[in-house]
Amino acid sequence: MQWFQRKNKNITETTPREMPDGLWTKCDECGEIIYKKQLEEFAFTCPKCNNHFRIGTKQYVKVLFDEGSFVETDMNVRSGDPLGFVDTKPYTDRLRDAYKRGGTSDAMTIGHGTIEGRMISFGCMNFNFIGGSMGSVVGEKFSRAAKHAIEMKAPLIIISASGGARMQEAAFSLMQMAKTSAILTQVAEAGLPYISILTDPTTGGVSASYAMLGDVIIAEPKALIGFAGPRVIEQTIRKKLPEGFQSAEFQQQHGFADMIVHRRDMRNQLAQVLALLG
Amino acid sequence: MAYTLEFEKPIIELEKKVAEMRSLAGALDISSEIEDLEGRIEELRSEIYNNLTRWQRVQIARHPDRPYSLDYFQNSFDEFVELHGDRSYRDDPAIVCGLARINETSVVVVGHQKGRDTKSNLYRNFGMPNPEGYRKAKRMFEMAEKFNKPVICLLDTPGAYPGIEAEERGQAEAIARNLFVMSTLKVPVIICIIGEGASGGALGIGVGNRILMLENSWYSVIAPESCSSILWRSWDYKEQAAEALQLTAPDLKSHGIIDVIVPEPVGGAHRKPDEMFLTLKHVLLQELQTLKQLTPEQLVQQRLEKFDNMGVWVEQN
Repeated sequence: MQWFQRKNKNITETTPREMPDGLWTKCDECGEIIYKKQLEEFAFTCPKCNNHFRIGTKQYVKVLFDEGSFVETDMNVRSGDPLGFVDTKPYTDRLRDAYKRGGTSDAMTIGHGTIEGRMISFGCMNFNFIGGSMGSVVGEKFSRAAKHAIEMKAPLIIISASGGARMQEAAFSLMQMAKTSAILTQVAEAGLPYISILTDPTTGGVSASYAMLGDVIIAEPKALIGFAGPRVIEQTIRKKLPEGFQSAEFQQQHGFADMIVHRRDMRNQLAQVLALLG
Repeated sequence: MAYTLEFEKPIIELEKKVAEMRSLAGALDISSEIEDLEGRIEELRSEIYNNLTRWQRVQIARHPDRPYSLDYFQNSFDEFVELHGDRSYRDDPAIVCGLARINETSVVVVGHQKGRDTKSNLYRNFGMPNPEGYRKAKRMFEMAEKFNKPVICLLDTPGAYPGIEAEERGQAEAIARNLFVMSTLKVPVIICIIGEGASGGALGIGVGNRILMLENSWYSVIAPESCSSILWRSWDYKEQAAEALQLTAPDLKSHGIIDVIVPEPVGGAHRKPDEMFLTLKHVLLQELQTLKQLTPEQLVQQRLEKFDNMGVWVEQN
């Protein structure tokens, strides 16, 4: 019975789609029990059903970058609480809990490293940090990643995973949409490629700003991508949404994603596109 | 029947009383009493309007008699020609655009447009644009740059439309593209929030050198009701949400997100629209005058820096 107990301890119930730290994990699409080492080999996708697990920066760095090449920067940029925002609990409490739980410094981690020897300025969103919501820190780090790209004359790659704006920062949060889009004009001006990778989910303010502005936009299979969340749309039109609505495949079909790439192939695909652009 | 806001009821009561007295007055001379009462009404109105809560301001911003973009285009400007269509899919009546003249300066104007009754609201989709609305606006921005005309945008929307077709045609991309394009327009861009400035749907025509807000408008990342439903998991906390979001013009001015509060007549823009049209005209002329001093490069630089500085964060060691 020992393995039974271990399973209960290691699979966290509260955030079923986050990566547990145990030796085994269960695919929440097909129920397959996967050995952790194998999951890593499969770039954190299910070997049986291709389900893409929700992962954060640490895992993406492992999947995409040349081993040991990635250096995180600007990790000391921390959120303020400009409005003293309190809903059912204070924003500062939410931040403290998120820092403790996530182990990341906010919903965006930035840095640089090489992919097949090519230097990249990189930013990756962490969905487990307050739903990947975009507040001032996300905007500022995005802006710095763009500026680092310009300084290094390197392509910019951003991985999005976000439910949208950080409501607790209200108008400040809204302004991050303009801030991130504005700095991208300078990356474009410098003639540097910006590749936007959309993962599950990319919605709201993030989708309506930098996520949709890539020179090349790549989506992970089946990722939810859209402006309004499906629930909001259903409430507005009072109808059930069709199967596959706002999926990566839907976005490609409607002309808003260049390609859908399996996470295992992402590194090679990026290297190829950048080589062709470079 | 005029639309009455809950907090205005004491004023309405007194106004009714005055009307009654007037109708009785025939033989009696009670004009001094009437005058007294009218004075009291004005005092009461000032008192109420000087102590508005954030939620009350949201209600004024949504007042059905409030002037909309087309009213300003036709009254604050000396000439206005409406232009239609995104040249790709269709004309979106929730965003109105055109060429206008204000004193001697010709400008390009863009604004959200709500309807006044059920029929016109259906036509205007309650001021909620579809992607083609943002793309029509983008067309105007690019034309403004081509002919070196300043851009003036009036914001008044409950949000970009959350519908199936809007998603199919790329609502997110349409808004994102405008943020990108507006950032580096080589002409002066002036934004004024005239009613509701709800989230990305408002910002989608809202990146400018100067951001103005009418005294009783609101601007935030989400409407108080939706914020209540998400953070409190109930629709009942809209007042608290409005407080927490700090979404009024004075709030945003103090946070450095907007530049200018445009004063409204006591009782709101809808009470004395002509006065409001004139005030906005004067403020716009002033702003245009200031921005005219800047070169195209300075205008772009100022806008890029303005938005790059937005946000509050700390650098921890």
